[in-house]
Amino acid sequence: MTRLATGGRIDRSAPLTFTFDGAPYTGYQGDTLASALLAAGVRTVATSIRYGRPRGIFAAGVEEPNALVEVDGEPMATATTVELRDGLTARSLTGRGRLTAPDDQADQAGHDRMHAHCDVLVVGAGPAGLTAALEAGRTGARVIVVDERTEAGGTLLETRDLVGDAPALAWVAAATGLLAELPEVRVLTRTTALGRYDDGYVVAAERRGSRGRLWRIRAAEVVLATGAHERPLVFAGNDLPGVMLAGAARAYANRYAVLPGRRAVVFTTDDSAYAAAAELAEAGLEIAAVVDPRPGGGPDTAFEVLAGHVVAGATGTAEVTGVRVAGREIACDLVLVCGGWNPVAHLYGQAGGRLRYDDDLACFVPEGTAGRCRVVGAAAGEFSLAGCLGEEPRPGPPAAPVWLVPGDEPGYDTHFVDLQRDVTVADIEAALATGMTSVEHVKRYTTAGTAHDQGKTSAVTAVGVISALRGVPMGDLGTTTFRPPYTPVSFALLAGRDRGVLHDPVLTTAMHPWHVARGAVFEDVGQWKRPHHYPGPGEDMAAAVLRECRAAREGVAAMDVSTLGKIDVQGPDAGEFLNRVYTNAFAKLPVGSCRYGVMCRADGMVFDDGVTMRLAPDRFLMSTTTGNAAAVLDWLEEWLQTEWPDLRVRCTSVTDQWAGVAVVGPRSRDVVAALAPGLVLDNAGFPFMTWRETDVPGAGGAARVARISFSGELAYEVYVPWWYGLALWEAVLAAGEPYGITPYGTETMHVLRAEKGYPIIGQDTDGTVTPVDLGLGWAVSKTKDFIGRRSLSRSDTSRPDRRQLVGLLPIDGEESLPEGAQLVEDPDVPVPVPMIGHVTSSYRSAALGATFALALVKGGRDRIGTTVFAPLGDRVVAARVADPVLYDKEGAHRDG
Amino acid sequence: MGEPPQAVRRSPLGHLAAELRAASVPGTVTVREVPFVRQVNVRGPGGKPFPAEPNTVATTGDAAGDAAGDAEGDTVLVWLGPDEWLVVGPGEVPGMPGAEHESVADVSAHRTVVELAGPAAREVLLKGCPIDLHPGVFPPGRCAQTLLGRAQVIIVCVDERPAYRLFVRASLAGYLAGWLIDAMREYQCHTY
Repeated sequence: MTRLATGGRIDRSAPLTFTFDGAPYTGYQGDTLASALLAAGVRTVATSIRYGRPRGIFAAGVEEPNALVEVDGEPMATATTVELRDGLTARSLTGRGRLTAPDDQADQAGHDRMHAHCDVLVVGAGPAGLTAALEAGRTGARVIVVDERTEAGGTLLETRDLVGDAPALAWVAAATGLLAELPEVRVLTRTTALGRYDDGYVVAAERRGSRGRLWRIRAAEVVLATGAHERPLVFAGNDLPGVMLAGAARAYANRYAVLPGRRAVVFTTDDSAYAAAAELAEAGLEIAAVVDPRPGGGPDTAFEVLAGHVVAGATGTAEVTGVRVAGREIACDLVLVCGGWNPVAHLYGQAGGRLRYDDDLACFVPEGTAGRCRVVGAAAGEFSLAGCLGEEPRPGPPAAPVWLVPGDEPGYDTHFVDLQRDVTVADIEAALATGMTSVEHVKRYTTAGTAHDQGKTSAVTAVGVISALRGVPMGDLGTTTFRPPYTPVSFALLAGRDRGVLHDPVLTTAMHPWHVARGAVFEDVGQWKRPHHYPGPGEDMAAAVLRECRAAREGVAAMDVSTLGKIDVQGPDAGEFLNRVYTNAFAKLPVGSCRYGVMCRADGMVFDDGVTMRLAPDRFLMSTTTGNAAAVLDWLEEWLQTEWPDLRVRCTSVTDQWAGVAVVGPRSRDVVAALAPGLVLDNAGFPFMTWRETDVPGAGGAARVARISFSGELAYEVYVPWWYGLALWEAVLAAGEPYGITPYGTETMHVLRAEKGYPIIGQDTDGTVTPVDLGLGWAVSKTKDFIGRRSLSRSDTSRPDRRQLVGLLPIDGEESLPEGAQLVEDPDVPVPVPMIGHVTSSYRSAALGATFALALVKGGRDRIGTTVFAPLGDRVVAARVADPVLYDKEGAHRDG
Repeated sequence: MGEPPQAVRRSPLGHLAAELRAASVPGTVTVREVPFVRQVNVRGPGGKPFPAEPNTVATTGDAAGDAAGDAEGDTVLVWLGPDEWLVVGPGEVPGMPGAEHESVADVSAHRTVVELAGPAAREVLLKGCPIDLHPGVFPPGRCAQTLLGRAQVIIVCVDERPAYRLFVRASLAGYLAGWLIDAMREYQCHTY
């Protein structure tokens, strides 16, 4: 209402303009939005959520229940903690919140994150926190102090307390000066500790202008100097604008030089409000009376004290105009309330700490230590400044709390307990009337204490009201559970820089820039970006894939296969190790050869597959599926470290060491001949499933070439170190140009392999499929032991009607079966129709001139030649069951 | 065809060299790729000169050098696990007296090296690295396998500027470079 001419911690030379609900205002540097609004005479800042009642600014800090605002795109903030800045635009949040998409995503970017470690984390830079920080810092310990205010000092910023004979803020300045000289001490202001987790891990949010920084602090010890929150009093009309915590009014006067009213009635059960009243009166506020229910009142004071009385009700409609006390009405525009103080025990409670109700202090006090957390100062129930500074405490008189103030009339419809949730004493009565006795149940039934403020002014108040209504001692009721976050935190801040392209790492190959330049359409395989197909001008995906397939079957095509996982397996027992890991035998594989292998989990289900080369008697290069490389390495390490430590074998991931290109098709031999002029390429000199080291002059020299085919065509895979991958790719394309070499993507690769009935682990399998189910029985050794072998002879895994991989040829060759489609024997039987399998892969084949699919079908191999049906909702597609090898059954294309 | 190998080789971050230069703030924090560093992964029972103390690096021979392992500098042995080391630099892979290596794998192209140096380098790392990098805990000669952002990295502290070498998979280097450039942005302008 009034900005004082002097005092406060504002900069009168730095006026700031801002708007609130569309109207322009001015304030000063150092103001909060709330203090600037109060200085401008704005008393009503919200409309309550259920009853639409006007609500004013009630507190001066994070405990504010009413003044919720949207500020410059930040969806929900308390006006009491928003620092005023020039041009700030705020809007009151009225009624129920609405989650809207931010207009400008970029505006929310730029939040930061920081990890920190320390010996001692002090939460709160008030007198107790600064004392603890100095004590720890002087030992040379690494200390971090976090405080939610803009500067250190805690509530000393908001009072005119003295330390010795000097203003307390002089002591604060001296303390912060000493801390600044300690190199291992860091003080973070504007930083709120949001949550405490196991092992001294505390997450805190730092405000940096419109941006934020999330601190993840790991501390050997946590000192909680979190202070106390003032309690309101519960009386009729206690929600009217103008009813305010006494300590908040004191803060507005002392810190912001604002008087939040002209004439006040103080209603208190605690001596602290007397000091507040004295300081406010000195600043110019008229104190009409002090109403103190305690028969003897409080300390000596110059004001009229109505001891032994209560405020029976606040009057007024839009805002408070007076109070009824002892049968008379006292006019006022401000009711300053104080029902005592609650230690801020949120983090302590999150640490699993127990709270004890202290009858002398009339509050729940942390008892002992919990999970590396020690509590000091007001948070520990030490409310005297001397006690917080480590001197001899000066306890006040025993508290005499008043939890519920009856009105002049019966009923509790305007006795508010939770101002944000609009919960009244009548609501709590209703909860108790249903038979609820637990404060947790009453909280959930009434929603008291569940708002953004986590019940900072309402949770213990609600317990007090329950105590008063039921006549049960506070200590028997206890508190509700404390859960993070202490104050609201935006998802954008939690996300930090993990957004946009940094949200999820992308893995790219050495050839990636070429794929991008060529206009490839990419697909994600694990974290890799792989070209899915390369559309030509005017081509859709289907046309591109048909063209790429035709090139591989009739001419030559090339694919970037660098993403395959690669594991270097070395040691004298490497052959024996692979014999145990794969279902088929590797120990006798000759050096210079390679072999397709299948590995199972212990349950006999297929886990991964790939081609492994023997590089030397004691060295193999294993390849894995693209998405499974890390899981396979973990699997190998698990067996080596836990089951077979006697085997002298070591594994090393070399996935990114090698870039690879598959050269596929009848003309691939011509291309490789041009690429590697020194290589003998005829079938006798370089047979299928062997590898050679050779010189590829266009790609840095040394290369490894293997005759491996995942398409059934004559094919080579050429590998060079990653550095030469792009050169290799370009050299392959140059060498293949005379033959019309065509780059192809994963979709064409899938079609080509499916035409040959080669399964893809993870697409045609789902962890319930054995090698035999896939038709890979030939790769399952009958003579050696391997992981999963015993499971394969279980009655369930060896029964004949398991789902087996088969081909499906739709009767109408234009009809494409969706992957995942369920298959039935007879679509006309009544529901529920028994399912006999499902489609795992489905494509259009250039070679077959029709669509086809792979499917897992019950007893599928015995159904070859029969017809099955896929009910697709609007139609039923019939398909003939076929051998999964649909193309070149004789393998005539393999050798060119 | 037949060009010298150096003419056609590409480092994983070669195409981002200008961006890394632009993100650097001399005197505060600089970032650059140290490309084509020879790296050999060695696994086996260990023994001198392979460091036995976890998360430490050692140099081969008697030359007193830094812990960088530059192409032109010393060869360093980075502890990766109780039976695993990364030999970084041009020197020979030392033998293990009395015990054979069970595995020696050239992984020079598997990872590239990013050097982050300057007074703010530690703070940049702490934006995404959860381990304690305090100079008393992670001084020059220390190494760790950890996360930076969402990238798995080997971090070696090489000198007291401080400078750190980050070893990152070639395929993931683009992500890491993007993350570092984003994390260093606040040092570009002080009106952040």
